[in-house]
This record gives sequence, structure tokens and C-alpha cells, in this order.
Amino acid sequence: MMSSFKQIKKDEEEGGGNPYHSMDKTSVLQEARVFNETPVNVKRSTHVLTKILYLLNQGETLATKEATDAFFAMTKLFQSNDLVLRRLVYLGIKELCTVAEDTIIVTSSLTKDMTGREDQYRAPAIRALCRITDATMMQAIERYMKQAIVDRAPGVSSAALVSCRHIMKDSPDVVKRWVSEVQEALSSDCVMVQFHALGVLHQIRKSDKLAVTKMVTKLTSSGLRSPYAICLLIRIVARLIEEDEVGADSRLFDFLESMLRHKAEMVIYEAANAIVTLRKSSARDLAPAISVLQLFLSSPKPTLRFAAVRTLSKVAMTQPNAVTACNLDLENLIQDVNRSIATLAITTLLKTGSEGSVDRLMKSISSFLNDISDEFKIVVVEALRALALKYPRKQAVLMGQLADMLRSEGGLPYKEAIASTIITIIEDNPEAKEKGLDHLCEFIEDCEHTTLAVRIIHLLGREGPRTRQPARYIRFVYNRVILENAAVRAAAVSVLAKFGAQCESLLGNILVLLQRCMMDTEDEVRDRATYYHAVLATRDNALINQYILNPPQFALPSLERALVQYLRTDTSGPFDTRTIPTAPPPQEEKKTPNIMEPAPRPVERIIPTHEKYAEQLAAIPHFAHLGPLFKSSAPLELTEAETEYMVRCIKHTFQKHIVLQFDCTNTLNDQLLEAVSVVVEGDGWDIEASLPCPSLPYSQLGSCYTLLPIPEDIMATTGTFSATLKFKVRDCDPATGEPDTDEGYEDDYTLEDVEITVADHVQRAARSNFAAGWDELGATNELEDTFALSAMTTLEEAITQITQFLGMHPCDRSDRVPEGKSAHTLYLAGTYRGGHEVLVRAKLALADGVTMQLTVRSDDPEVSEVIASAVG
Amino acid sequence: MSGLLEPTLYVIKGIAILDNDGNRLLAKYYDPSVFPTVKEEKKFEKNLFQKTHRANAEVIMLDRLTCVYRSNVDLFFYVMGLSHENELILVSVLSCLYDAVSAILRKNVEKRTLLDNLDIIMLALDEICDGGVPLETDPQVVTQRVSLRMEESPFNDQTVTQVLQSAREQLKWSLLK
Repeated sequence: MMSSFKQIKKDEEEGGGNPYHSMDKTSVLQEARVFNETPVNVKRSTHVLTKILYLLNQGETLATKEATDAFFAMTKLFQSNDLVLRRLVYLGIKELCTVAEDTIIVTSSLTKDMTGREDQYRAPAIRALCRITDATMMQAIERYMKQAIVDRAPGVSSAALVSCRHIMKDSPDVVKRWVSEVQEALSSDCVMVQFHALGVLHQIRKSDKLAVTKMVTKLTSSGLRSPYAICLLIRIVARLIEEDEVGADSRLFDFLESMLRHKAEMVIYEAANAIVTLRKSSARDLAPAISVLQLFLSSPKPTLRFAAVRTLSKVAMTQPNAVTACNLDLENLIQDVNRSIATLAITTLLKTGSEGSVDRLMKSISSFLNDISDEFKIVVVEALRALALKYPRKQAVLMGQLADMLRSEGGLPYKEAIASTIITIIEDNPEAKEKGLDHLCEFIEDCEHTTLAVRIIHLLGREGPRTRQPARYIRFVYNRVILENAAVRAAAVSVLAKFGAQCESLLGNILVLLQRCMMDTEDEVRDRATYYHAVLATRDNALINQYILNPPQFALPSLERALVQYLRTDTSGPFDTRTIPTAPPPQEEKKTPNIMEPAPRPVERIIPTHEKYAEQLAAIPHFAHLGPLFKSSAPLELTEAETEYMVRCIKHTFQKHIVLQFDCTNTLNDQLLEAVSVVVEGDGWDIEASLPCPSLPYSQLGSCYTLLPIPEDIMATTGTFSATLKFKVRDCDPATGEPDTDEGYEDDYTLEDVEITVADHVQRAARSNFAAGWDELGATNELEDTFALSAMTTLEEAITQITQFLGMHPCDRSDRVPEGKSAHTLYLAGTYRGGHEVLVRAKLALADGVTMQLTVRSDDPEVSEVIASAVG
Repeated sequence: MSGLLEPTLYVIKGIAILDNDGNRLLAKYYDPSVFPTVKEEKKFEKNLFQKTHRANAEVIMLDRLTCVYRSNVDLFFYVMGLSHENELILVSVLSCLYDAVSAILRKNVEKRTLLDNLDIIMLALDEICDGGVPLETDPQVVTQRVSLRMEESPFNDQTVTQVLQSAREQLKWSLLK
């Protein structure tokens, strides 16, 4: 007796007093047999069903058979009229309907409950029913749904509306037919019903801008009662203002401003947030919103303070002056018990405060940095980065702070953020370089993240040789060879070679170190050491330059394909690397989005990469003989947005041909297009082939192609083409997409011109050491010219334009102009079609427009000429 | 990229009730793009609990979510939304959840009583949020919609106390006689 009591006691303690603890799926499913008893054993059944729901909620998964069995057993419980049990059954249906089969079986029971008299059943029955019903079944219950939407009981109406919204995800068209009922529900007295009705109505109208505008005009003047609905309306209004290009409708803006005086805090905040987020808001528009947020800063409710300071910190990123008024309140929040609020307050102050307050703020940061989550630490680091760029004189203090943070605890993203901030400072300010490199050297001595260590070692290889004492970095790099894992060792070996290649005085020592690395246990490290040692030992500058400082950068998949091809054919001749497209240098790496920024909206269509295009085109027999794809342009829109037909053009450049790919979309749901082609005409260009798209149904993407041989004369390889979309229309039924007639009629549609520019013949290429590459190419094919770019007003603008125009890649970070400079030199590198290396040096000076001295070097005189003439 | 909020009904990404060891008692996540599997959900819960169980600070940002929370004795209530969501809407859902639970448990907001009434609590959660849409934010309405058992049974707590009271009175009188 006593021992069994102890046993129970012990069980209880283990489960933390949780009677559901240590249940197992099989036995609970066994217990579900109780559902089959007649009459229903309400108490036991309720208990067992709760257990099943608990297990599912804990993440237990049921196999299809188990779920189906449980589901069918559960349907027996419809015989009981116990309210709780019945509603648990609804829950069970919702949980199991995604796994179990033949769930349609409960439709009639649920329909009965939904139309019955018991209000307690009706609302949840609707919600359960809509979960198991698909679009075709919807017709059957359509009448009931319409009634339910306008039901007197708010619960029923809400349930129907929310279910509508869920259904719209899969079949939007059904719900569109209930628009008048939804509209009626919008005028309901109930707070939630109004909110749900507005949500559904907006979803129905969303794609029709005029209808949304009309709806908004009506609602903003009539006044909604529900604060939730108003919040939703504010978001819709803000969207409208943002999308309206002509200039904000002042009435809409007035509505937002009037909502700042609403009595619900929820609405006030929503309106303030919308106003400060709108890009069109002027400083004057911001003022009332900011002062409302300022009031919130001293609220006793933490959430309100949090919301306010978070929004203000967002404003401070773009318009720090607007927030200066709140500085005093923000200072008070540094001591806030909620560390999130304190962090946001500090980072905001870092943006709005003056240079003098930096030291003080820095002290308070270090005091609480250990209490906050990594996400917030990253926010702090971002703020420090901005601060360092703003006040170069404070960089010493900031660098010290960052180095401290680098040594403290933290995950990879946090450490990466710090390292990249230090790197930014180094790049921005040459004086801070050595100090920053020292901090980073110290950090890699004890860095657990391989990727980060590799990145820093490569940075040392890039910056180290150009410092006053390159020798001091060798020790740090070589230490890595002794102590680290294979990936880091390999990187360290490459970097040692870079030092050897650039610093004559160190070459002897480097060769000794590389020799030692040849004993490494890892293949890759040994191979690299042997390779670099062999190249360096020749002491031949041209060779070193070509194979260490600026190694060839082929697109690896293309190289692989070309090699396979080569092995299949006659291998007596040498392999020609010129036809291999070079890999475009990686785009500026995207900054890890920090939590303060809204999640980016999903991109409509993922743009295929070079490889994908190459595969797609290779699959078309007409293009099989063209050889490897050299370059594909970014998609170019040939139509305005929201027209009947949308066409975008992608230009694919091959060795001797250009393929124009036209991606067409038909936006008319009552038309089926057939034999769709784009007719292009241009001076001096022939058209070798044109592949039409056989059929283009509504809203589907179809592609047609035009193949153009590139003219022999290299100076005639650019041109403008007029383009017309030609097709055959067959009218069809919008609902089904089936054509009404057998006969169609011809029609055409004028598109914007397609232009083939110099940039289409040039692939971007990276040079890690521009000067070495420049000298190596020599002045043989050099061309020089001076241009006056009178339309440009800043150096940055000129640099972006030139880079885009030539389609080349800026090297040595020469695309960044130090602030306040009026002269700058831009270095560009690229590969011309056919594998010709091209380098461009553009000396820019600012004086009434921009004057540019352009020097082009390449390994082919004609290529130099084409590039030089491109700018003129 | 515009930072404007999406006009949507789907404002709630998750609701959770944890015990004082950070174990899940009841949790619902409404957006598979936030946490694709239960494993990630539970990892998040552990992390969330770690960060919140000591400081009662009402709001925290974690894993790109804004989480508002409230605790009592050995229970922790959380409502999650996207990181830029209007926190005040989330808080209104949280207070509704807490007050409804408190009413259902007759102010005994503890793990034990919660588990004893788990069926009703599940129904309440279902009434508060449906697939990420806040369905009802008035705790009184929620309790009305779910606390069916009390009206049904002839002997609810109230009457039991009354019966005892009257029994005691009678006993007292009989002793006095």
C-alpha cells in the first residue's frame, strides 16, 4: 500500500504533475475504441479525445491508416449531444483532416449542425466544414454560407467570414460571388465581424485598384467602429498612398492623420507607424506622428514603449533629425527593465545623438550587452557601423568597442556582423586599417567559425601586402597552418602565396614556409602549397601575376561541359580556354537582414541564373550549334505594367549569335493566344530563325525566341530593334478557359524597342589586383580619349552610369568615392565576347558636370576601339 | 523595399502555453513558412522560454518574431506575430487568452488546473484564433462560447458551496438546540 503510493508520487514528480505526461500513441489509439460504445460514454470519450488532441499538439504524427481509423471512430461521437464532446470532435476533424482519408464522410453531419438551431454548434461546425470541403463541394453549401455570413449571431457570421478567407487561398472565385453578403456584414455592430468582413472584402477587391479606392473612400468617410478593422483600413490606405505615383491624395493622408487622435492606442500606433513608414511623408507630415510616439515612450505599458521606440529607431535610420526631439525620453529608456527597449533606445540615440555623446553611450552599451539576445546585438553593431561612417574621428573608440565585442560570447551571425563592420571601417578609412587588421588577427587566433576565419584570412591576403610592414601578418597566417582545420589551412596557404607574390623581400621566407606545408595531411593543402611553391620559385613576374594574383576565373559548370566536349573530339590540338565564359564576380553580398527591417516580400519570380538559361537554351534543337552561352542580360520589360499582354526580353549572347528570348504573359482571361511571336527589325542585322510560342493561355508564361547572327564587323554589333507582338486570338470562356470558337483572328501589339548595346558583349570579371593586370596587358592596344559628361552632377552618378554602360566590374573598390573628393579614378574589368580581356581606367573630375579621361587596354585592338567608342 | 504592413487578417503566427520548465502544454503555429516542422517549433519554444522566464518584460523579439507574453505561477502564455506586426494587436489577443483561461479556471491559473480542464482550454484557444486570424478578442465572449459544462451540470461549484453552507447552518442550529 505504502510502496504503491510512493510509486504514484514518483510518477507525478517525474511528469511534473502532468497527467498527460508519458502517454504513448499506440495505447491512446487503443483507448479510442471507447468511441464505438452505444450509448456514447461521454465522460470517457471526452477524456480519450482530449488525450489524442494533446498528443497531436505535442507534435506526434499519425500514419494515414491510424489517422483514418481514429477519424472514423470519432464520427461515431456525433450520436451524443454533449456540447463539449461535440466541439472536441470538430477540433479533431480539423486536426486529422490533413492526414486522414475520406474525410468527406462527415459533411452531412457538419452541414446539419451548421444549419441547426444550436448556436453553440453552428459557428464551429462552419469552420470545421470549410476545412474539409474543396472547391467543387462548395457549390453544395453555398446557400448556407451566404446565410451564415449575414447571420444575426456575431459568432456565426465571424466563423463564416474567416472560413471564406481561408477558402480564398485555394479557390478565390467561389467567394467572389458572395460579395454582397460580405458587404452587408461590414456594417455589423460587432467589432470582430467588421474586421473579418473588411479582410475578406479587401481580398476580393485586391487586384482591382479602382474598386479598392472606391471602398476606401466610402469607409474613410463613414467611419468604422472596430479598432481592428480600422488598423486594417489604415494599412490599405497606406498601400494606396504609396502606390499612387501622381502624388498623395491629401484626403487619404488626412485620414491617417485623423486616426492619430483615435481613442484606441492600437489605432493610434498603427496610424503613426503608417505615416512614418510612408516614403512620401515630408518632415512636416512626420511631426504629429512622432509626437504621438514620443508620448508612448513614457507609457507604463512595456509593449507600448517597445512599439514606439522600435518605430522611432526605424525613422532614425532614414531621418535622424526628425527623432532628435525625443532624445531626452530615449535617454530615460536606457535604464528600462526590458532590455529590448533599452537596446532600441540606445541604437536610436546612436543615430540621432551628437558626436559628443558617443563616449557616454558606448559605456552604457558595454554595461548591458551581455543581457540581450544576439539579434539585438546585431542591431547594436549595425548602429556602430553607421556611427563610424558618420564620425570618422570616433573610429578609434568604436574600433575598441567592436574588438571587445568580438572577444565576447556570441553566435556566428553576430561575429560576422562585427567582423564586417570592422572591415567596412578599414575600407572607409585607410588610417584605421592597421589597427583594424590587428584586431582581426587577434580574433582569428581564437575563432571557432571556419567560414569567418577563412574570410578574415583572405582579407589579410588582400590588404596585408600593401601595409607598411607586411611581415608581421605572416606569423598570424602561418599559425593558422599549424593549428587549424583543413579549410582554414588551405586558405592560409593561398594567402601566404599572395604575400610572396607581392613582397619581394619576403619571398625567400615564404618559399620555406610553403615547403613545410607540402607535408600536410590534407590533399587540398598539399596541392595548393606545391602549386604556389612551383609558381613562386620561377620568380617570373608575368607568371606569378597570371596564376596567383589574377588567376583565370572560369564559370566552372561551363568549363566542365567544355572539357567533356573536348575529350569526346580530337584531342591533338590544345584546349582553347577562350570560348569558356568567365564567371561573373559574385554580387555584393547581401547584408544579413536584421530584425528591425521588415521581412522582404517574396519576389514574384525567381530570376534564373546563367546556368539555368544555358540548360534551357541547350534543350532547344535550333540553338544546339551555338556553342557555350557567354552571357545573359537581365530581363527587360517591353510593356508597361498592367497592360493586356506583358512581354519581357532577355538577351543571350553566344560566340557568334544573339538569341532574344521573349517571355510573354497574357493577362486577359477571355482570350487564348496562339502562334505568338515577336517580330523584330533592325538595320544591318539578319534574322536566322524565329521560334513562335504555339499557345498562350490566360496568366501563363510562354516564351518565343529570335536568333540573330552577330555581324562580322565588330563596330556594327550594336543596334536598336523595333518589336511587334504578333498572334492569333481565340475568344474563350473566362471561367473555364475553353475557347468558344474554332476560328481565331490575327492581331498584333506594338512593343517598346529592344536595344543591343556594348554591355551585351561584355561579361563582368573580377581582378583582385588591378595594377598587376594592367601592367601585364601592356600599352600595345591602348586607346585613350577624353569625354565631357555634362549631364552628370556627381561622381557617384557618373560611376554607376559608366559601369552599367560598359557592363564591366569595378575593381579595388574603386566604385566608392571618398566623401568630399572632386576627382576619382575608376578601374573596370571585363571579358569581351570571344574571351578578350578588357581593362578600363577612367579618371573622373568634377567641375560643371563630369570630365572623364578614359583609357582602354585589351588584347585585341578592335575590342579596345569598340569599348572606347561605346561611351562617345 | 516598402516597409508598410501587409493588409491581412493573418496577424498571428503562433500561440503557446508553456509550463515552468519550458515544456509545451499547448501550442499552435499558423504559418509553416515560419517554422516548417515541430522540431523547429520546440527549439524556438525552448529558446523563447530561456529568454523570458526570468524577466517579466512583456515583449521580446526573437527569431524574427515579435512575442508578447505573460506568466502566472507555473504557466507562461505567448502570442507571436511577425517582427514588424502591430504589438498592440498581439497584446489584445494575449490578454484575451489570459483572461479567458483565468475565467475558465476560476482564477486558479496554474498548470494543474489547466491540465484538468485541458479540453475546455483547447476549445477556448480555437475560439480565439482560427488559422492565424484573431477570431474573438473579448474574453467574456470566449468564455461564454466554451464554458458549456457549467451551465449544463446542475451541481456547479456555486451550488456545491451553497449546499455545504446550508448543511453547516443546519448542523449549527441542531447543535444549538
